[in-house]
Amino acid sequence: MSARRPYKRPMAGWWRRNSYFIEYMVHEATAIFVALYALILLVSIVQLASGEAAWNQWAAVLRRPGSVMLHVGILIAFLYHTWTWFNIMPRTLPPIMIGGKRLAAKTITVAGLATALMSSLIFFAVTHWIGK
Amino acid sequence: MKRSNAPIFWGLFGAGGMLAALIGPMLVLITGIAIPLGFWFSRDLFTYTRVLALAEHWLGKGFIFIVVSLFFWHSAHRIFHTLHDVGIHAGLVAKLVCYGLAMAGTLIALVALLHIGFK
Repeated sequence: MSARRPYKRPMAGWWRRNSYFIEYMVHEATAIFVALYALILLVSIVQLASGEAAWNQWAAVLRRPGSVMLHVGILIAFLYHTWTWFNIMPRTLPPIMIGGKRLAAKTITVAGLATALMSSLIFFAVTHWIGK
Repeated sequence: MKRSNAPIFWGLFGAGGMLAALIGPMLVLITGIAIPLGFWFSRDLFTYTRVLALAEHWLGKGFIFIVVSLFFWHSAHRIFHTLHDVGIHAGLVAKLVCYGLAMAGTLIALVALLHIGFK
């Protein structure tokens, strides 16, 4: 074993010292909830493919208060994801030039959030219509 | 020079993130809260025949597949790139685990949906 033990800067908790990094870690953590929701959907289709008995059992699980509470948590994470997704968007998009001027960051964010609201309302209406 | 595979993963991350940002909250609200509690929607929507009918239709099937797979790829990419920030070496093993799980989720979804069949 080598006697050399180079100094390694400790990583634990570095991001807690700065509000910018706290926000960064929180928005990155929404990915855990997106993965969790994808997993719930995956289990749902596997149970559905397994037949009526398996599905009925799973549907009963989804109706439990614990499941609904979990989905409330997932919903909050998704809402935060939507918010940060369009907040970061001005920095992830290439500059958009309109009439020789760069499109303002705020315009991109507001347009994104408005699109999300519209898509959600349309999605709700379509789902409601299908569910009739 | 070997071409980088990064744009593919980044593209899947972006597509999944955009889909999640646009309709993710509404999707969670409907499937996880509204239908189980029976407000706005009938609880009957979760009966076997109704859900099966949705998954048997090519449109419903395609939608479910796109949502599940893109959500997996989005989160896998994001978690992989955050590992370094929490002190985990984001090397080949981490990459294989993250993207491998997303690939597994995609394939299981595909097999289950094809098993359900078309109508």
